[in-house]
Amino acid sequence: MGLDIRLPIGLMFTLIGAMLAIYGLATTSEPELYHRSLGINVNLRWGLVLLAFGITMLTLFWRGRKSSGR
Amino acid sequence: MENVQLGFLDYAILLIYVVFVIAIGFVLRRYMKSSSDFLTSGRSIPAWVTGLAFISANLGALELVGMAASGAKYGMATCHFYWVGAIPAMVFLAIFMMPFYYGSKARSVPEYLKMRFDERVRALNSVAFAVMTVFASGISMDALAKLLHQLLGWNYHVALWICSAVVLVYVLKGGLTSAIYTEVLQFFMIVLGFAPVVYLGLRDLGGWDAMTKALQGVSVNPAALHLKEAGVSYAPDAWTSAWQPLLAGPKNNPMGVDCFAMVFGLGFVLSFGYWCTNFLVVQRAMAARNMGAARRTPLIAAVPKMLFPALVILPGMIAVALASMPASNYRIPPLALEEKAIAAAVAAVKESSRADPQAGVPEVIERVSAAQKGVNKETGRAKKLLGFDQAGLAAVIKAYAGKPIDADKALRAEFVAAFSNTMTDYEFNNVIISLVRKYCPSGLLGLALTALLASFMSGMAGNVTAFNTVWTYDLYQAYMGRNKTDQHYFWMGQAATVAGILLSIACAYFAKQYNNAMDIIQLVFGFVNAPLFATFVLGMFWSRCTGTGAFLGLFGGILTSALFHGVTVAEGKGGWLGMQAYSFPSTMAQNFWLASFAFIACFVLTVVISLLTQRTKTNEELKGLVYSLTPKIKEEGTAWYLRPATLGIVLLACCVVLNLIFR
Repeated sequence: MGLDIRLPIGLMFTLIGAMLAIYGLATTSEPELYHRSLGINVNLRWGLVLLAFGITMLTLFWRGRKSSGR
Repeated sequence: MENVQLGFLDYAILLIYVVFVIAIGFVLRRYMKSSSDFLTSGRSIPAWVTGLAFISANLGALELVGMAASGAKYGMATCHFYWVGAIPAMVFLAIFMMPFYYGSKARSVPEYLKMRFDERVRALNSVAFAVMTVFASGISMDALAKLLHQLLGWNYHVALWICSAVVLVYVLKGGLTSAIYTEVLQFFMIVLGFAPVVYLGLRDLGGWDAMTKALQGVSVNPAALHLKEAGVSYAPDAWTSAWQPLLAGPKNNPMGVDCFAMVFGLGFVLSFGYWCTNFLVVQRAMAARNMGAARRTPLIAAVPKMLFPALVILPGMIAVALASMPASNYRIPPLALEEKAIAAAVAAVKESSRADPQAGVPEVIERVSAAQKGVNKETGRAKKLLGFDQAGLAAVIKAYAGKPIDADKALRAEFVAAFSNTMTDYEFNNVIISLVRKYCPSGLLGLALTALLASFMSGMAGNVTAFNTVWTYDLYQAYMGRNKTDQHYFWMGQAATVAGILLSIACAYFAKQYNNAMDIIQLVFGFVNAPLFATFVLGMFWSRCTGTGAFLGLFGGILTSALFHGVTVAEGKGGWLGMQAYSFPSTMAQNFWLASFAFIACFVLTVVISLLTQRTKTNEELKGLVYSLTPKIKEEGTAWYLRPATLGIVLLACCVVLNLIFR
């Protein structure tokens, strides 16, 4: 059916990943926020992981589109 | 538990997720032209998508919280539900059974039964399945709404209705296709949402070895954490090995299960009965675009299934290990007290004497237990006493006796937290959420919470799409509205979607109100499901098997389950026939043995009755439905390493290796 699910997955995780990473960057100077996560800025790190995952999905989507000739 | 405050970012993540799943429904709406588009996806979906949807539909919220709970209660042995209890059955489904489901062009599992046997077998299976999915969905919704209420202080009703409304919108718009596509998105959401929590938990403990060491202490003296009665002691590897404690016998492992029950009862009867016959999961494979994709669906699903214990069982083990380390300041979540029990606690403690707090302890326990568990009419005492740490409770009484706890909201909350902390009855289902609360700062918290909602929605959408198909094709079209136009069935499918969700909501309220009635209903479903695989395996591999044999055999199997439960007891359950032929160390063992007996009874009865009755279907009619009468699928076009048999063997080998590593 006419929807490649990699597109919405890619878009969603790129968006959420970017938001988490930006929030993580903005809060690097607030160690008390990361007291819970053992002093690790998990928002920044995990945000980047999600971002990478989202972009991978988008790349797969674009390549799939090209090869199917649309 | 005091509530967690969600920040702006947390809500934003939640909202983005909701917008995306609803958008998927709307995008797919324009492809929904016929009833088969809506109910069976028009058989158009690639294998990797149906494969991930297959596993996601199974990974509902109850599975997620329940497996973490079992991980805490029983440790590593819980992995058997994933390894022994899933992988072989999934491989069997792919290699041997999918060709019949997919090749017969049946639109549902009950419809296959009608083609293979007759109308009676289909009626029995479809009615049982339809009722069961609605109840399963309701139970899961009730659990989720309670969890959201306890964790976030969300209103129970609002949480229930909003979550259902989201699922309703995207399933109604895009049908099964929409459910399957969102399940893939939800799959990634669940994995990526919970993975950091597991990582942080392990890191906090000091790594895998530190966890093993802590759990060895728990195994030797589980009573220290009130996991078992005082005096119980297991071998040090009871919580950290999958096989050693089982091999040591039912008395020597926290599950109370023996090896035979585990391998035959769970690994064969229950597992094959679920994965190979439950339309909820099989429907995903049946929506695949061709036979090859349909057969690869369960095989693709088996890969994440094999690794999921790290995501869903490990958190439970981490929680117990943490609880055993005083420095971690972590406790296993206490039983959630109902509002009236809290009120009773407040009143009882207020009236206690501060001078002699020890003396007030039994009175407080009695009053709180009576409010929570109800009062026995004959004795006038609480039906069951809740467990408390006596010294801790005395300290709480000393601190709060005589204080105006009710007058001050902050003081009351502080009291409830302190009071709950002295409880030794646990709510194991809250384990995973307690870890999320412990480790997730704002941001990651929103992600983990969204993962929880995603797991709930994937499970619910799975139930609803299976329900609407069985209702429309196997009940409505078969018995009520024959020979209508396709548009009429399309409309009926949509109506069944709405009705299914409304009925699930009704069941959720029923579950909230009548806990005990729900336990009995689930028990009865267990009776119905236990023998099912015998009927399927005989039907698919023995052409002589007749409809009458299958129908009566199935009934006999169900009756056997009920009788078996009537004459055995475990943890005070069962034995309702008044005589006790055998007593099991745990309800889990009882359940596995029940399934084994039901399977054997159904198998034998079906064979005997089939031999005594005339065949009603000719060999020609059974072509494509029975193994020996169906031409083998030609696979020359598929590379040898992509053939289901090859993939299946590789998966089984991986599963054996995992079992050996964590033996």
